Amino acid sequence: MMGSLSVIWAIGRKDLLLEIRNKDVVVAIAGFALLVLVIFTFAIDLNQGNAKLVGPGVLWAGIAFAGVTGLNRAFALEVEGSTLEALMLAPISRDLIYLGKALGNFLFIAVAQIIVIPVFAVLFNLVVFRWEMLVISLLTTIGFSAVGTLFAAMSVRVRAREVMLPLMFLPVVTPLLMAAVESTSHMVHGRSWSDMAQWLQIAVAFDVAFVVISAFIFQHILED
Amino acid sequence: MLKKVLDLLDPLLILSAALMGVALYLIFIWVPTETNQGAVQRILYFHVPVAWGSMLGILVVSGSSFMYLWKKNEKWDRLAVASAEVGVIFGAIMLLSGMIWARPVWAVWWTGEAKLTTALILFFIYVAYLMFRGYFPPGAQRQRLAAIIGVIGAVDTPIIYFAANLWSQAHPPLITGPAADAESTLGSDLGIVLMASTLAFTFLFIFLVQTRYKIRKSEDDLVELKRILSTSAMTGVN
Repeated sequence: MMGSLSVIWAIGRKDLLLEIRNKDVVVAIAGFALLVLVIFTFAIDLNQGNAKLVGPGVLWAGIAFAGVTGLNRAFALEVEGSTLEALMLAPISRDLIYLGKALGNFLFIAVAQIIVIPVFAVLFNLVVFRWEMLVISLLTTIGFSAVGTLFAAMSVRVRAREVMLPLMFLPVVTPLLMAAVESTSHMVHGRSWSDMAQWLQIAVAFDVAFVVISAFIFQHILED
Repeated sequence: MLKKVLDLLDPLLILSAALMGVALYLIFIWVPTETNQGAVQRILYFHVPVAWGSMLGILVVSGSSFMYLWKKNEKWDRLAVASAEVGVIFGAIMLLSGMIWARPVWAVWWTGEAKLTTALILFFIYVAYLMFRGYFPPGAQRQRLAAIIGVIGAVDTPIIYFAANLWSQAHPPLITGPAADAESTLGSDLGIVLMASTLAFTFLFIFLVQTRYKIRKSEDDLVELKRILSTSAMTGVN
């Protein structure tokens, strides 16, 4: 058990180190998401009434679109540097490679949100610094990185990879996106945990289902 | 010449064509017009069987994708891609015919109702399945990865449905049309026509999948023959 965790951490840490040195992915995700937010402040006439109504949707749509651009990079670097073969040669099981890569993506999207959510609070004039937001954000990011890592690994060898990843990723994460938007909407309206409980349950179910299935199925992707 | 024509006539094709004729007669001549919705209600007799066909398509894709990952037998991959293609076509007809029906009856083309949302998202997932196959170079890896999308779609379906259901409760669809809630006045006649039409479309679905499967098989055989030919040419064995 301890061995598995250290393998996952080793792969996650490698991606993290690379990211700390070149800052490609986090800057791309945060920059893209911020642009989506800013464009929507022009596209919609914001006032106190409709900011609560449309804000949560704009926030999560922005993070989902931006997440895709970051996920595209996750395996592209491994293929460009031919390091994927090295990972495959390592005497570790494939599900640990998957969990390590997913951990890296989780951290990237999470860090990008630390930049994006405060700006969202300012632009839309909403109170978001609450425990509910932390839970919603964690659950959504787990699901995004679980599905995204799997699809990124699949689309890395596809012609037109940049097109294919969002076309697979976005429809599959729709239920998670609905859960994130609806529970954030409950939160900005100042409602209690019990109002968003059902949505959080859907998010948890999504996360558990896709982390388990993806880890299990990942061996079929790296099989050669 | 006659033999060639006869070869094209598959028993399934004849069966589905005959049933389609019966269904058309029942839909347009035999069954009386529904009094609440009027003539537009007859779209239902196409919409429901086509929706059933697209659901069948998704079930077969998921099942055979799973079987492919398990058994690694090419026939499951051929079955998956054949039913994905036919299922996506049926799905497109389902969405279009549903919208044409909904506009006069519900007064809107589209609403956030749970079944509609689920059908639309699944449609997108299986379009992505086909696009992925189109973009990826042929070979065992493409079949494996496509099968993974098939399985992921199946895992996602119940979650999509639960979420869409909860979502439509939070945002009740605005259905204001003239006959949105009225009970059907047709009684058992509706069931009979629907049954005949569903049977006709089911046989059409099986026929189309079977035809696509055979074409797929020929394509694979051709690739294999070319491969053998090129290796034998290289080694000089003839």
